[in-house]
Amino acid sequence: MAGSERTAGAAAAEFLLRRHYLRPAEALPWMIAIGAYFAFPDYMALGTQILIGIMFALSLDLVLGYAGIVTLGHAAFFGTGAYAAALLAARFGWSEPISGLAFAGVCAAFAGFVSGWVLLRYRGLTLLMLTLATAIMLYELGNARADITGGYDGVTGIVIKPLFGRFDYDLYGHTYYLYALGVLFVLFVIARRIVYSPFGQALVGIRENLRRMQAVGSPVHRRLVTIYTISAAMAGVAGGLYAQSNAFVTLSALGFERSATVLIMLILGGTGRLYGAFFGAAIYMLLEDSLAKLSPAFWEFGVGLVLVLTVMFARGGLLGLVELAAQRAKRLWR
Amino acid sequence: MSLEHFLSIGVGILLDGLAYGMVLFIISVGLSVTMGLMGFVNLAHGAFAMAGGYVTVSLMSRLGVPFELALVGAFVLVGASSVVFERLLYARLYRAGELDQVLLTIGLVFMAIAAFTYVYGPAPMTIKVPRYLTGSVDLGFRTLAAYRVFMVAVGAVLVGALWYGFERTSLGARIRAAVDNRHMAQSVGINVDRLFSLTFALGSGLAALGGGLAINLMGLTPTFAIQYLVFFLIVVAVGGLGSIRGAVVAALVLGITDNAGKYLFPAGGAFFIYAATIVLLLLKPAGLYGRE
Repeated sequence: MAGSERTAGAAAAEFLLRRHYLRPAEALPWMIAIGAYFAFPDYMALGTQILIGIMFALSLDLVLGYAGIVTLGHAAFFGTGAYAAALLAARFGWSEPISGLAFAGVCAAFAGFVSGWVLLRYRGLTLLMLTLATAIMLYELGNARADITGGYDGVTGIVIKPLFGRFDYDLYGHTYYLYALGVLFVLFVIARRIVYSPFGQALVGIRENLRRMQAVGSPVHRRLVTIYTISAAMAGVAGGLYAQSNAFVTLSALGFERSATVLIMLILGGTGRLYGAFFGAAIYMLLEDSLAKLSPAFWEFGVGLVLVLTVMFARGGLLGLVELAAQRAKRLWR
Repeated sequence: MSLEHFLSIGVGILLDGLAYGMVLFIISVGLSVTMGLMGFVNLAHGAFAMAGGYVTVSLMSRLGVPFELALVGAFVLVGASSVVFERLLYARLYRAGELDQVLLTIGLVFMAIAAFTYVYGPAPMTIKVPRYLTGSVDLGFRTLAAYRVFMVAVGAVLVGALWYGFERTSLGARIRAAVDNRHMAQSVGINVDRLFSLTFALGSGLAALGGGLAINLMGLTPTFAIQYLVFFLIVVAVGGLGSIRGAVVAALVLGITDNAGKYLFPAGGAFFIYAATIVLLLLKPAGLYGRE
């Protein structure tokens, strides 16, 4: 009896450890990102926005993909971070970039902790409505206090000092691209450590079967609030970088559309897989850049259609399809 | 400001809010019942209202149908075509989680907005309502806009008809039974699937009717589908799923407060509404008249 328990424990430990091992394919997105820097030097402004989109989608993946929290208001944290970074630089004259990002992350984390602590006791439709209403309330608050947020005109006059005091920003956004890539890498390493830890495994347990996790004594609420706070901080950092790189923030950073778009990006890429955020955000934003200018109506129709098809036939998103194809190919090979 | 003047403005704001609340009720009530029946989070409900508005516009401007008939036409056409969506798409996701339902219906909203923008363009639409609705009603001490009075009257008639249908007919009894306990209703021989299709069609038809009524009050552009969606959801969540009484109360309170807020506190009015919604949902997660 004791022997089988020990082997079960050892097997579980082995399982948890094995997931940490880096697979060769994981280098691919980073190689593409570095390759793009040399191959498309004229598109670094778009590239920076894509990296920011990936960060934001990654933060959503932590709560939605891993913990199963369905939120329609994630832009609240992106916007909080964006305004925190923007106001720090424009109103208080603090223009060092990395501490500015840290400040954005802390502000968003605080917002995530407070709202999560209150809201995450609810589920289903109520939670959906609460996240939606909280985000819109924040938007309306920003609208009402136009003296602080600049209203529809936004916050301007954001001046950022050179990165590490040495690398100044060029017109084409090369510095910002590398800066964003570095930040994304750090956030990704943190996210990867979290989801493959026992804590990450507990989150998946909560997503799959809440009642059972409660029954085995898992502190469900505390865990949900923890991941919600971490995710909010990440979204805040993404928002802060958005404010710094555009030198400009408007209320659209907080809007419902941003919450919906990041959700769509993540679903397209695939939830609960970390790299789904990379593929979803990159493909969505690249297509948007080329197609939305050609015909906004067709682009919007296409996004809707792809979303419907994804939900109906490819719940795992693009990465899910890739995994499925790989499995089929492997089976054929044998 | 004299008391009389003050009262007169108050009555005007109240009537506007009441008319607005009635439209919110007419559009949202179907969503409330279908969400109560199947627990399906249908974010595309506003798209049916938007479609109803455009059907009304087309019937009137292209075919010269009178306003009242065009509203009925929108109810019938949109209600009937919504069943196609229900059977083909919605029915596959009844057992899925909220996330899948949210995604499917957001996708449908995007497609609907794009399709209607392509056909009708993004500019706001207007209609010419019949002469008797453009004037005003004289109450002696004050005149009221006839169109607002008409909307409140239509709303009141619909509230009465829905209450009767829900509380006093066998169909209503079956719907109430299915909202309360779907499995029990099924086991006593109620065909819940068919009941749901029927309710869905009725609810979408009512949304279309509301969309037609709203053209001259709230404006009609393709983004109507998403612009007021949060308000429809608030009516449903605050009123309580599947409760007609809850939908009436929530819609009227929301309509009157939002309208009054726009006049009295233009800057912070909307903020107050969302804050109140959040507090209410925190205290009563199932809404005012919902079952816990």
